[in-house]
Amino acid sequence: MQTTLRVRRYNPDNPEPKPFFEDYHLELDPSDSVLDGLIKVRETLDDSLALRCSCRGAICGSCGMRINGHAALACKTKVVSVAPLGGTIEVEPMNNMPVIKDLVTDMGPFWEKIRQVQPWLRPAEPAPVTEFVAPPESMRHLEGVMSCIMCGVCVSDCTVLEVDKRFIGPAALAKAYRFVADPRDIATSIRLETLNQPTGMWDCTRCMECIQVCPKGVGPMDRIMALRSMAMAEKMPDTCGSRHAEVFTDIIKHKGILDEPMLAIRTFGLKHIGRLLDMLPMVIQSLFKGKVPWSGPLHRPISSIQHIQRLFKRVRTKS
Amino acid sequence: MTSPPIYDVLVVGAGLAGMRAALSAHQQGVSVAILTKVHPIRSHSNAAQGGINAALTDREDKWEDHAFETVKGSDYLADQDGVEVLSQEAGQDIITLEHMGVIFNRNEEGHLGTRRFGGQKKARTFFVSDFTGQAMLHVLYEQLMQANLPVYEEWFVTSLVKDDQGHCAGLVAFEIRTGRFSLFRAKTVIMASGGLGRVYEPSTNALICTGDGMALAYRAGAPLMDMEMVQYHPTTLKGKGLLITEAARGEGAYLLNKDGDRFMKHYAPTMLELASRDVVSRAEQIEINEGRGIKGCVLLDCRHLGRPFLQDRLGQIYAEAQTFASIDLAEEPLPIRPGMHYQMGGIKTDTEGRCWDTTGTWKGLPGLFAAGETACVSLHGGNRLGANSLLDTIVFGRRAGHCAAEYARTIPLPSISEHLMENDQQFVASLLARQGPGERAAAIRLEMGRTMNRYVSVFREQEGLETARQQIQELKARWPAITIQDKGQVFNTGMIAVLELSFMLDCAEAIIEGALTRTESRGAHFRTDYLDRDDEDWLKHILLYHQPGKIPDAGFLPVHITQWQPQIRVY
Repeated sequence: MQTTLRVRRYNPDNPEPKPFFEDYHLELDPSDSVLDGLIKVRETLDDSLALRCSCRGAICGSCGMRINGHAALACKTKVVSVAPLGGTIEVEPMNNMPVIKDLVTDMGPFWEKIRQVQPWLRPAEPAPVTEFVAPPESMRHLEGVMSCIMCGVCVSDCTVLEVDKRFIGPAALAKAYRFVADPRDIATSIRLETLNQPTGMWDCTRCMECIQVCPKGVGPMDRIMALRSMAMAEKMPDTCGSRHAEVFTDIIKHKGILDEPMLAIRTFGLKHIGRLLDMLPMVIQSLFKGKVPWSGPLHRPISSIQHIQRLFKRVRTKS
Repeated sequence: MTSPPIYDVLVVGAGLAGMRAALSAHQQGVSVAILTKVHPIRSHSNAAQGGINAALTDREDKWEDHAFETVKGSDYLADQDGVEVLSQEAGQDIITLEHMGVIFNRNEEGHLGTRRFGGQKKARTFFVSDFTGQAMLHVLYEQLMQANLPVYEEWFVTSLVKDDQGHCAGLVAFEIRTGRFSLFRAKTVIMASGGLGRVYEPSTNALICTGDGMALAYRAGAPLMDMEMVQYHPTTLKGKGLLITEAARGEGAYLLNKDGDRFMKHYAPTMLELASRDVVSRAEQIEINEGRGIKGCVLLDCRHLGRPFLQDRLGQIYAEAQTFASIDLAEEPLPIRPGMHYQMGGIKTDTEGRCWDTTGTWKGLPGLFAAGETACVSLHGGNRLGANSLLDTIVFGRRAGHCAAEYARTIPLPSISEHLMENDQQFVASLLARQGPGERAAAIRLEMGRTMNRYVSVFREQEGLETARQQIQELKARWPAITIQDKGQVFNTGMIAVLELSFMLDCAEAIIEGALTRTESRGAHFRTDYLDRDDEDWLKHILLYHQPGKIPDAGFLPVHITQWQPQIRVY
């Protein structure tokens, strides 16, 4: 079918390098992947189109790029799935990282963040003569996160990184989880403490984008949530993030509905009064629009609060 | 710019063999760096799915059994001293990997679990679901990060350099991101640059598998050995040739022809689907050729294994079949066919990874080492057993790194002049300077791949091989007419494709020469005009020495036999 690949191009070799879109018209088979299309462009129309690719089978993680606005592996994205009737497919380099040329991004910052989590096993010493004995289900559980191929797709579409480059990001946190959840690793507490710091696990806003775009079902955000639970279970020093979770639960338990002003006040407390004051302009604006809800004693529990409390009890007995 | 530091050991390639070699040399306390054309994590070792073999003695397995089955699998062409090392050291290397962090599958007691693989009677394949290579590669990269070794990522090697005594003294490479050339001085170079799958079309191999290391070493004077031994994997997808792991059959999947017949019973009555790969691929091709296939394929039937089992133990291929063939393995059999997969041959090394012979039986390039698919010890002879390639990279990567480090200590720093890189610089500049719409590299590559897949595949014969030789010569003659549209320095992948193509054409030529020379049928090399294995004349290796512009010189080496005399090979 007739397809147009609209590729965002950039070449620093050009005298005045500026990104621009270039359209390539070509005939593609419905079974072709977007990568097949790009390779066809490179091999038959324009060999200056730069991209990374290797395995063609969603294993090597080279061909992460944005396709119609969302990051994906080009090799795993069928043309029919993004342009069922032919037409135009927009292809751009991954987000949240510098572009080197065309669809090739600089993965340096990505790997720097992976390094930050000290991504190597720290086993008990001395090592046994044979293998470490480990529960089969724990190893099977780790397969899920070891499936990560470090393609950068989750980092590309991370909405937190878009506003704060310091966030360690979903890929590095998923990698960290791989060690925290490994029964052979003895550095669990140190790892959790490090991740408990600002720019770490509590900076995720749970937008789910990483789960949605991950081509290998790693579910980075789920791993981040698991890290948070473990940090709280380990009684790590509380952070705004962990207090937010605790206060949130507490309010729901007692009122059945969120008391937003109280959530903010109790989360930040006196310790972070500055951050609380930062919110004032928003509060004032909301006041004028009549959008500040009742709070504290004025915020009444919902009428069927006993159902909510029963739910809490059930969850507690289950876990 | 300033020249890079002089290294004791410079490793080319950062797959399993390369990283293992670098770590092992590093442990010896010498200076080590890795240079690789892709980020280490993108290496093709990722693609190894099924597992890694080892006979662990504490579970009543014997290394001799593993060694014998490897030798038998090789159709007696493997050098048995190398195979003995491979199977004796396998167990310890698996344990080391486990300690490094590989999440090998466990049995109920929490010890390492195993599955069955082809050509072997015992289950001795250790695995991580069906992405064992990836799980190992990522762990070795973790170790590399911890050791903080310098890695020159995305650098492309254009030639090996020698000093006045003809000793390997480093290499010339350019940084892909900037196009900047550098001369790397090193006391030793370890070639661990992987296979040459893209010489064929289709192939299970990744697009980066272009035989660079083999061609570079070959051009620099090291012989290539047993290049005719090209493995066709029995289960690859139609179209692009993606791999479906042998673990599927190891876990119990059947092969069926169009009549629903489990045809392997006619070819390998005992081992059935788990006979050696060459045997299974030939059987499939016969079924297809004699009209019992379906659209050029036979069927891989996994239905009886059940969806939960498939998702748990074979999750990657379950997803792969869905994504790339639109087939639910739990519901439908999957059309598959034999496809080019692995090069048993390669740069001739001894059991320490040296590419030259210290006793002088064969020539080579002193100072050069090799490991992994690019090397030929020979461990795999005429046919490699499944799950022996990962083992090869780990055992012989480690040994090559160790030996290179020890050797580097005994020799002085290389003395070579900076102008050695000017040739390559000028050559690449002249490539870019070619004007006009000339030949396209991709068109030549495709013709080469199709020629090889047609004439140098599962079945071969004189006339076809001569046609292939002729066609490759013609393609070589067309290579200088290739032009590149991209004239820039930054990430010029068009230019890289042209350089890779010239490596591949050299490799193709060597494969064909080997296949023409060996007038018998052994392992993966099946000649329809010489149907039998001929131990009297051909129980020997073929060495090819590069002759610029001419047909390579052939030499021969006897097969090293320790305890397993050649027997009739039945499965």
